[in-house]
Amino acid sequence: MKYLDEFRDPDLARRLLDEIDAITTRPWAIMEVCGGQTHSIIRNGIDQLLPKQIELIHGPGCPVCVTPLAMIDKALAIAAMPGVIFCSFGDMLRVPGSAKDLFQVKSAGGDVRIVYSPLDALKLAQQHPDRQVVFFGIGFETTAPANAMTIFQAKRLGLQNFSMLISHVLVPPAIAAIMESPAHRVQAFLAAGHVCSVMGYWQYQPLVERYQVPIVVTGFEPLDVLEGIRLAVQQLEEGRAELENAYARAAHYAGNGVAQALLADVFEVTDRPWRGIGSIPQSGWQLRPAYHAFDAEIRFAVAHIHTHESPVCRSGDVLQGWIKPNACPAFGKACTPRTPLGATMVSSEGACAAYYQYGRFIQSDELLPQDSVTRG
Amino acid sequence: MSNAINIEAWSCPLPLRDHANIILGHGGGGKLSAELVQHLFLPAFQNELLAHLGDSAVLPLAGGRLAFSTDSFVVQPLFFPGGNIGDLAINGTVNDVAMSGAQPLFLSAGFILEEGMAMERLGVIAQTMGAAARRAGVLLVTGDTKVVDRGHGDGVYINTSGLGLIAADVNIAPHLARPGDVVILSGAIGLHGIAVMSVRAGLDFDTVIESDSAPLNGLVATMLETTTQIHVLRDPTRGGVASALNEIAKASQVGITLDERKLPVPAAVHAACELLGLDPLYVANEGKLLAIVPASVAEALLAKMQQHPLGRQATIIGQVTARHPGMVVARTGLGGTRVVEMYVGEQLPRIC
Amino acid sequence: MCLGVPGKIIEIYEVYGMRMGKADFGGLTKEICLAYVPEVELGDYTIVHVGFAITRLDEQSAQESLALFRQMRSLAEELGMAEVPLGQEMRG
Repeated sequence: MKYLDEFRDPDLARRLLDEIDAITTRPWAIMEVCGGQTHSIIRNGIDQLLPKQIELIHGPGCPVCVTPLAMIDKALAIAAMPGVIFCSFGDMLRVPGSAKDLFQVKSAGGDVRIVYSPLDALKLAQQHPDRQVVFFGIGFETTAPANAMTIFQAKRLGLQNFSMLISHVLVPPAIAAIMESPAHRVQAFLAAGHVCSVMGYWQYQPLVERYQVPIVVTGFEPLDVLEGIRLAVQQLEEGRAELENAYARAAHYAGNGVAQALLADVFEVTDRPWRGIGSIPQSGWQLRPAYHAFDAEIRFAVAHIHTHESPVCRSGDVLQGWIKPNACPAFGKACTPRTPLGATMVSSEGACAAYYQYGRFIQSDELLPQDSVTRG
Repeated sequence: MSNAINIEAWSCPLPLRDHANIILGHGGGGKLSAELVQHLFLPAFQNELLAHLGDSAVLPLAGGRLAFSTDSFVVQPLFFPGGNIGDLAINGTVNDVAMSGAQPLFLSAGFILEEGMAMERLGVIAQTMGAAARRAGVLLVTGDTKVVDRGHGDGVYINTSGLGLIAADVNIAPHLARPGDVVILSGAIGLHGIAVMSVRAGLDFDTVIESDSAPLNGLVATMLETTTQIHVLRDPTRGGVASALNEIAKASQVGITLDERKLPVPAAVHAACELLGLDPLYVANEGKLLAIVPASVAEALLAKMQQHPLGRQATIIGQVTARHPGMVVARTGLGGTRVVEMYVGEQLPRIC
Repeated sequence: MCLGVPGKIIEIYEVYGMRMGKADFGGLTKEICLAYVPEVELGDYTIVHVGFAITRLDEQSAQESLALFRQMRSLAEELGMAEVPLGQEMRG
């Protein structure tokens, strides 16, 4: 596939890795913000190919990980209501709320459906005028334009049976919150490439200046991730703190003006709780009053939902890079991918789930002597 | 990333406590399915022949051994590109029997029909089953039909059971993989799973990707003519190649290494997986098999497979090792490694 | 958050006043929304996320990036070897 295969070229990856190796002289901790980047890193084994001194901290850029518990519980409550068709991206179906997840709601008779795009949920609303169709609108700035257009169309079409449960979060306030916390260890950021395709990357300049931290706009294919890391390491080695773009083919300084215009029309900034981290001011989007008719939180009586976070789960500390997953007392015991306490263990690119898999591999390898058959 | 992890503390002793009801994940072919078998069914049915948990049971009878298998087919939608539930019902059980190295002979078919299902659709399904049985060289010799109230059956559910004969010098089972063995895959992966997904609302594409449903007993017979030193055969259905290899690794207590660069993935499957965020290793196949054989017979076997219509793209994808027992590890395209874990439930499309 | 896949625009039309089209993803075609990329023309590539094109892909930037990577010397070339020996292939 064009624009994919070229950026997965193993020979070029080798060159980038060797270049990174050549310039790295000291330990550095770099956070990749986006869950998609984490996925690519683990999927391609990049974290093991990098020089040992480079530590990648998996950031909070995964909507699965940070959607507030209260919001999940509201989703579960709505999905269980008779007459509702509850639509969601696949990512969210196994995320545990206070007592259960969407799969269990489905098992108890709820009409829960996976869709690829919010427009598919809109189509369902048109096809089933007798049912209430609700879409779980989670995600970062990358996904917000899709949700905004869908709400905009719903209003234009005058649909009475469509609404969205909105839980959008924004990247720049999250970066600020991480840098503000006294225990942070992050020395450079790989900014989320597709978030920047939409929003541009001008928002990160004040963060670079306030915190004196390198920020590199980074894509998702192996060569993109490696190039982002290379530029970040180069800055760190040279003592610079600048805003750079390693994803020039898809991200530009100003971003997508058309998308930003509709986003401003449909959404307004609000404070948002981030699961495991706490409330970050002005870090989310909610629907403007003009679109309140399509807000599922208002349409359905879910205001009374109480949340019970597991007192044991330390997802938030992991998400901010304060601790490694295996430092959490529940890791591998009460909390496993099979019985997750928090979202970082549910999500396949959550740091805890990643550690669980790879950690087992390392451990078992150490138990047995090397044999000659398997290398290469 | 060095860790000090206590392996003993990892497994939950009675995981079924977590679920008062069956959820979809219990049918995904992943960990939840395995736990349902281990903790609910096995203890109830306790017997030695069941314990090996192969695709079919090997039954000693006076004068020889029978392979006996059963499978139920609940696919939605009933009709998909490349076939329908009838193809799966015949080929699926023929293949399960063939995975013991047996020649499948006789099948039974049980139908649970939903009140209101169109007779014409059932007719097409039945015709399909007849044709598939003839193609596979098996006889449908007994069956049953029940009807349930409208709203309880999704159209039709089919169960088929199959019997086959195992030759005396054949010994194939999931626990027989040995370090040094080679892993052969008979052809391109991901077709069936994507074909079915592609007609589900919300995930539909314009391009037609067809299911690869096919009877593998002919291919297996050809393979056995070349060598009887086949240790394991498995058809990677639900849960894909990844789940099948994980099950074998655990049953044989060996490690398996894969080379991702060797995996045959058709371009359209590759594109669909990219779009949905799916990993082809976990997507279901209905006309492919994995064979684990000693290195000494691998090349000859591979050549023979490639002469067969269902084995043209047969290729070696990995090896069996004494390291990391019970675990499947892949070498990525970049030269890194990743653990190919068994999913808890089913693989889901993602946006992240 | 960010699963965006490159697709080539092969058809452009309107549905309910919204700019829509068909994208070709390496041989697989699917309908997507083009409302956010009014500048995109037939033959252009876009990044598609949950059924929406969010940006046009810049071919020149792509080529420049690849050219930059090709200029980097690999360890093997530095050492004058055809391939790096096993054992140095994987670090960490």
